[in-house]
Amino acid sequence: MYGALCLTRAAEERLDLLQKQGHVEGGVYRSLGQEAGAVGAAFALRRRTDGTGDFLSATTRAAGALFLFGGEVVDFFRQYLGRGTGPTRGRGANLYWSDYEKGFVGGVSPLGTMVEVMAGITLSFSLRDEDRVGMVFYGDGASSTGAWHEGLNVAAALRCPLIVMVENNQWAFSTPTSGNTRVSSFTEKGPGYGIGASSVDGTDVLAVFDTVRRAAALARSGEGAQLVDLQYFRRLGHAQHDPQDYVDPALIDEWQKKDPLDRFRAFLASDAWATNEELVAIEEGAFEECRSAAEQVLAESLPTGADAGCDVYSDLITPRPWTRADTPDPMLA
Amino acid sequence: MDRETPVHLLKTKRGEPVTLLEAISEALFEEMSRDDRVFLMGEDIGVYGGAFKVTRDFLGHFGPQRVIDTPIAEGGFTGAAAGAAHMGLRPVVEMQFMDFISPAYDVITNYIATSHYRGAGPMPLVIRGPVGGGNRGGPFHSQNVEMAFFHTPGLKIVYPSTAYDAKGLLKAAIRDDNPVIFEEHKGLYRAPALREVLPDEDYIVPLGKARTVREGTDVTVVSYGAMVHKCVEAADIIEQEDGGSLEILDLRTLLPLDEGAIVESVKKTGKLLIVHEDTRTGGIAGEIAIRVSEKAFEWLDGPILRVTAIDAPVPYSGSLEDYFLPQTDDVVTAARYLAAY
Repeated sequence: MYGALCLTRAAEERLDLLQKQGHVEGGVYRSLGQEAGAVGAAFALRRRTDGTGDFLSATTRAAGALFLFGGEVVDFFRQYLGRGTGPTRGRGANLYWSDYEKGFVGGVSPLGTMVEVMAGITLSFSLRDEDRVGMVFYGDGASSTGAWHEGLNVAAALRCPLIVMVENNQWAFSTPTSGNTRVSSFTEKGPGYGIGASSVDGTDVLAVFDTVRRAAALARSGEGAQLVDLQYFRRLGHAQHDPQDYVDPALIDEWQKKDPLDRFRAFLASDAWATNEELVAIEEGAFEECRSAAEQVLAESLPTGADAGCDVYSDLITPRPWTRADTPDPMLA
Repeated sequence: MDRETPVHLLKTKRGEPVTLLEAISEALFEEMSRDDRVFLMGEDIGVYGGAFKVTRDFLGHFGPQRVIDTPIAEGGFTGAAAGAAHMGLRPVVEMQFMDFISPAYDVITNYIATSHYRGAGPMPLVIRGPVGGGNRGGPFHSQNVEMAFFHTPGLKIVYPSTAYDAKGLLKAAIRDDNPVIFEEHKGLYRAPALREVLPDEDYIVPLGKARTVREGTDVTVVSYGAMVHKCVEAADIIEQEDGGSLEILDLRTLLPLDEGAIVESVKKTGKLLIVHEDTRTGGIAGEIAIRVSEKAFEWLDGPILRVTAIDAPVPYSGSLEDYFLPQTDDVVTAARYLAAY
């Protein structure tokens, strides 16, 4: 568990560095302060590699959950660096890729969509009488979208075994949660859908684990959709390009004191679950894994441009622009 | 499946003619019978059998696991169908009226259409439902939605005009690994003239292939859906009154567009008229015209012309709707103009 927390942070810090060096094709989204929400939640599910386990849809701020479900750090870098060797071959961005054997599906940037999609994935579990649950992450801002509502309502009405995680990090880009909803806790939304809802300190990995374990048991037992409100704070900007100057620095300092890695490390050390040497070894292992993965990916190539026209359909090829032919002729396009 | 087939779905088995609507019901029924991964989602499709009764008695036959009544949430259940497709199922989603597909526009264009490209696997999903005007349905029960989706790579769009094609195309769409939007003109659903005896064996009509409805020499008329029948009426008139002959192409599939068939016909006649019930600006006529300009400019002996609905919402009152919609006389006028050009 501590290793997954360290891996999340090390991967994102490495990504930050790669971006500063100019290697990242697009934006970088950090989960600083939110790592325990993803890690604790994923730990509470059955993670398998043969297509029979529980199922995850992560956000850019839930990389820890993706890693725990078997998403490879090397693929994480391939995605951000737009490499042709990556799972979406440079077509999709961020950690939005899919592996149905491992049990995760890649998201899209329009918010709320994955609640709808995960409603259907978990519906297929109940239609086939499979003992599996699904979990979908979204920030608090996404709860304002119609898709989030429709997806959750469909999941509730059809009793889909789906856990909807609200990454309540208090900010939707620059808009505070109060600008997105009148409720003070997302647990208040549960009754509106007739589903169970609970709230938990998202910086406490064990508390998250325990809360999600109970929500998953309910979902698994036929109670259907559940909602979990992760309470924490986004300590960096929306993306790397956002200086976050709209946030009171005192608040960031305050939440830094509740850093999920520091908290869990202190717990492990104080209750003598682990020696300092063991913890340092875990931290150094995570750092090294990310360093060598990044090094490997940097040596890999970008996709060939013409690959952009492939796989739009399973059975059709998009023609090359006639202006790019050796002998340009529109009649031959 | 040990339950007996509902009687009204046995017409083809008995050699009786079926309507276009019955052909669609048969296609759904047969595909669900041959492949237990195929299932239906939509509003009021179960107990009620769908607003147009396309799925009448399906619930009793296949059960609530395969005929799923959903909340009124087109985005929600279309997205859910995409999730089920990821898991190896083959959902067929019904829009009660295709006008109501707009809440699902986001998930269809951003998620479903991009899914295969993003490495998320095949997306065997059909979204079908009634479209089209002429039934005094007003602005929200009469629209044609093809061009809202035509611009989205990754989708296929099908729009049949006959019972035979409707059945074969829907079967092909269900077996296709790509998302297909399947438009059913409600004016054709129960049209007596379209009743025909279908083959009693399994057949498909491949997607992406136009059909030559009638061969001719003077003008190529490209159309689809209900307008195909108006083009045939116009061709009859021109043949009888002018002695001219129109070559009529029924696109059947709009995306991918059968460019080869269009170009081939234009090379033969030298004249092109495009007829669609959809509104004018941004209609498929524009895309067809540019393709012909690219591929057959030298063969053209006249301007490429179009007959379409006017650029307006679909009006309710009959006199307004008849003015709004392209009529047979419009096709005759345009074809005569081109023939004389």
